[in-house]
Amino acid sequence: MGIRTILIANRGEIAARIIRTCRALDIQTVLAVSSADRDSEPARQADRVVCVGRARAADSYLNAPAIVHAAVATGADAIHPGYGFLSERAILPRLCEASGIVFIGPTEAQLGAIGDKLRARAEAAAAGIPVVPGGAVNSRAEAEVLAEKLAAPLLIKAVGGGGGRGLKRVERLKDLPELLDLAAAEAGAAFGDARIYLERYIERGRHVEVQILGDGEGRVIQLGERDCSVQRRYQKLIEETPAVGLSTALRDSLLQAAVRFAQRLGYRGAGTVEFIVDARRESFYFLEMNARIQVEHPVTEAVTGIDLIAEQIAIADGKGLRLRQAEVQAVGCAIECRVNAEDYRNDFKPSPGRVREMSWPRGPGIRVDSHVVQGSSIPPFYDSLLGKIIAVGPDRAGAMARLRGAVAATLIGGVKSNIGFHSAVLDDAEFQTGGVDTGFVERLFARRPELSDQSAAGAAHG
Amino acid sequence: MTLTAADVAEIMRVVETSTFDELSLEMDGVKLTLRRAGAGAGLVQSVTAQADSPSPAGAASRSGARAGQAARAVQTAVPAAASVSPDANVSDITSPMLGTFYRAPKPGSPPFVEVGSAVEADSVIAIIEVMKLMNTVRAGVRGVITEILPADETLVEFGDVLMRARRDA
Repeated sequence: MGIRTILIANRGEIAARIIRTCRALDIQTVLAVSSADRDSEPARQADRVVCVGRARAADSYLNAPAIVHAAVATGADAIHPGYGFLSERAILPRLCEASGIVFIGPTEAQLGAIGDKLRARAEAAAAGIPVVPGGAVNSRAEAEVLAEKLAAPLLIKAVGGGGGRGLKRVERLKDLPELLDLAAAEAGAAFGDARIYLERYIERGRHVEVQILGDGEGRVIQLGERDCSVQRRYQKLIEETPAVGLSTALRDSLLQAAVRFAQRLGYRGAGTVEFIVDARRESFYFLEMNARIQVEHPVTEAVTGIDLIAEQIAIADGKGLRLRQAEVQAVGCAIECRVNAEDYRNDFKPSPGRVREMSWPRGPGIRVDSHVVQGSSIPPFYDSLLGKIIAVGPDRAGAMARLRGAVAATLIGGVKSNIGFHSAVLDDAEFQTGGVDTGFVERLFARRPELSDQSAAGAAHG
Repeated sequence: MTLTAADVAEIMRVVETSTFDELSLEMDGVKLTLRRAGAGAGLVQSVTAQADSPSPAGAASRSGARAGQAARAVQTAVPAAASVSPDANVSDITSPMLGTFYRAPKPGSPPFVEVGSAVEADSVIAIIEVMKLMNTVRAGVRGVITEILPADETLVEFGDVLMRARRDA
């Protein structure tokens, strides 16, 4: 036992985040990079850098054999997959096991059970957790029968994975055949699995998720919830904890449902169980589980004081859960803005390029997780996340005041960013009241047409 | 004054470490353009010298860049036949993947090539093993091997220079 060197199979802000904890733990880091990321900030921070392939993710960050080979050849004991890329692909734990490398994450079998969204639904139902009405469809005829029963609007989802890919909303049943084909094609391309299923669309639903940690032997604790309802096309933009306006009873049932689900799997590591919540009806449904660290993990860290990356490493290192449930105490409120290189005035189009000017905010209660400094290059091959600004305060108003100041103080030049969008959200009365549903961003743009007016682009920086 | 090869090398170093992607310099009839082509791997593969006016040293205008491989194309234009690099005819053969570099088909066998070996573009010059999977590496150039850089059975990364070869004229 004893992880001394970790190979990080990721890039961007999460690579920098993992390096930070490794340094604190006196663990050496090897960063696997693509040829596009040789000069990145994380590459400067890591103890060693190995170039595993060309820029295209399929050749580098998704190249599991090259990554595991690099781990063995550089003497790493463990691989941290971060999020995205290989983090939820069963091939990585499989190759790690074959090579005597510790995979910092769940078992291959757990990844399989969670990655198949229909199996995850079945597991949730078996654990007594409500699932959204719906189910598998193996033919167009079956789909039409089920769709009739569920009634529009409904969602077509991919069995093979989440993240909004292969996901289609059906407003009118007559559009079903066309959207079925589209969803299956997208799912096949994204996950190599064209299977789809149908779910009723929960209107005015809120996206609330629960952070859990499991030791792999049946012990599971929860670290509270995060409300991620500020989304656009299923991409989260702002996350916060605690979720505003949940009754104690509803919140407790959510937390308990997440723990039951993870216990049923004997889950190992850090994970997140996602729910759709209808706060007015006091009801919730299981959506899916994410078997990895999440982008929005810092809001949980900010209120609990727990380093989730350090706990992931400890569990992978066989140290089990170092915390009892009663020792997890959340204090205050935390909100995170995802700062992306994208043009919110132009349909959130990605804006890669060189960052000519970069000034992140600082101050009490402000945390910034980023890999971008002045002069950094944002390659067009990967996601557009520049960094995350997290504000914590004694209450929501306090966190919000700090976040507004921090967002206003952020200066980005050379690439377009969504900083102006975040300012607009933080200034919005509905968001300030709290507890918005996933339709919020659409309503905001309808209320503020000037937000998508390109001629006003000069008004806000970035 | 004119630019010497050392000057050009120094300017290239400055551009490499700067945040700029392109540099254009005109002085005393000399036009120098340096450009780096974004996200590629590896080192400057070659330097092409081109004369503004016809020059006797035709060799200097021979392109050294290998199609599709050159990560950072560097073009310089100097007036005379000043050979910017003495190695204008030498190509780097870079690693197409990360893995363990093997010089021979199996332990105890003679290596695929030695310094001085003549190679064709499709000659196998090494094996790179990635998790027990053996991948052959071909020269990609016709010429003579002048240098072999990694030690046998060591880790090479994507883009590492494996060998250098002097191309046949």
